[in-house]
Amino acid sequence: MSKLPSEFADLERFTDWCLPTEQERYTKRLASTMAEMQVFYDAAFGRLEDAMVYLDARFPLHEMPDDAKALMHLMQSLVNVSFPVEVWKQPRVLDSGAAYIELIKEPVV
Amino acid sequence: MAHFPKPAAGSWTENWPELGTAPVNYEDSIDPEHYRLEQEAIFKKLWLNVGRVERLPRKGSYFTKEMPSVGVGTSVIIVKDTDGEVRAFYNMCRHRGNKLVWNDYPGEEVSGNCRQFTCKYHAWRYSLKGDLTFVQQEEEFFDLEKAKFGLVPVRCEIWEGFIFINFDNDAEPLVDYLGPFAKGLEGYPFHEMTETYTYRSEVNANWKLFIDAFTEFYHAPVLHQKQATKEEADKLLGYGFEALHYDLQGDHAMISSWGGMSPPKDPSMVKPIERVLHSGLFGPWDRPDIKGILPDELPPAINPARQPSWGTDSFEFFPNFTLLFWAPGWYLTYHYWPTAVDKHIFEATLYFVPPNNTRQRLSQELAAVTFKEYAFQDANTLEATQTMINTRVVTDFPLCDQEILLRHLHKTAGDYVKEYKGVKATV
Repeated sequence: MSKLPSEFADLERFTDWCLPTEQERYTKRLASTMAEMQVFYDAAFGRLEDAMVYLDARFPLHEMPDDAKALMHLMQSLVNVSFPVEVWKQPRVLDSGAAYIELIKEPVV
Repeated sequence: MAHFPKPAAGSWTENWPELGTAPVNYEDSIDPEHYRLEQEAIFKKLWLNVGRVERLPRKGSYFTKEMPSVGVGTSVIIVKDTDGEVRAFYNMCRHRGNKLVWNDYPGEEVSGNCRQFTCKYHAWRYSLKGDLTFVQQEEEFFDLEKAKFGLVPVRCEIWEGFIFINFDNDAEPLVDYLGPFAKGLEGYPFHEMTETYTYRSEVNANWKLFIDAFTEFYHAPVLHQKQATKEEADKLLGYGFEALHYDLQGDHAMISSWGGMSPPKDPSMVKPIERVLHSGLFGPWDRPDIKGILPDELPPAINPARQPSWGTDSFEFFPNFTLLFWAPGWYLTYHYWPTAVDKHIFEATLYFVPPNNTRQRLSQELAAVTFKEYAFQDANTLEATQTMINTRVVTDFPLCDQEILLRHLHKTAGDYVKEYKGVKATV
């Protein structure tokens, strides 16, 4: 069964990135290889503008059906992996060593 | 070469001669005895911010706050009472001292809504105003006057929706303590910015070292150079950093800085995701549709030099509360809560106007993610600094004019400790 709106069927193979919280997205980022994130980034980045146009034309932010929410969560993951892909060339923040910062309260879509 | 004018004294630092220009001794960041004195002289005496009123939306809304900086185990309850007044109490039952409000783990902060506080141990009950209202098997006690066993209050005052507490009953009123900077910030639309992201980190460094890191941007073109595109990073490194303006008002200080990345002059200066989402470190480029954030609407304390290239202002309210404003219309707070001479809990909260659609929401998401990536680098650098200064191989460090706020911070903290020791000595 498809998880995303049918207009975004091309992203269906990345639905393991449909994660509602930053902690889940960040954890998956650290557990992923650069090759995996590059493939996801290349596919999702090309649909980012389309996704915003699609979602904003149809639903208020806090009244999205499940497939729209899944698309939003996928794009939130894209934002998170943009740092390893565009900047660090590694999953972790460069020079971050043992430091750990946790997002403990966030608005969840 | 100076890009922005400095005071007539020749430098920002020399504009306040009491700061001196000599290298600064960092014993105050490695000596456990000094930290113990800071707790007594600073954290038990001065106004401490514990969050905003939006955390208490209704009568009976409460949250607890652990205050290890004041003393091991210190915990407070902040509550909105039945008259809508915000109050603070020590989180401790008057019967046999059990912690009053907590869930599974006594050390974890909790929040919620209630009509009264009931102790888990023997069901003593307290009203939201702190009065002891019920004692289980009261007839078993000896001459117990309930009126004498209310919760122990902690001073609690509010400025522009920010809740402050003070453990010293003789402290001056909050607005007097916050002084001219706070007066000059009044009217900023804090109440509109209720979409929050809160971060927490336990950092193995003295609390003042993190404030040091955030009150100079001399480091920014160097430590964070990989976060910009190559050409942009090289250019920033070539310029170095100069603030637009610095100001000191008593214990408090501010730095005003330029920021041309919101939006950038040329989209190729920024990363691909920033180009699509119109956002980055300085926040969403597209200003939210509210009053009070345009350059000519800002209160007088923000962008005091009235520079058109203004990007961000950081106000350091001593001892441990930072209020940082970004030109595109949002702000953030930092809190630094020491738990030992070489450890502190760092908290940061970003405050945005609630988004209306996914485009605005993702724009804020990128700002929030970017914030965390930078903070990681800042936090890790501190641990490297702390371990080295602990060795005392070098004890005094030269601070440049762009590091004036560090000089002011260490002097202010040191003066409180000196004064405390002086008073102790004469008693």
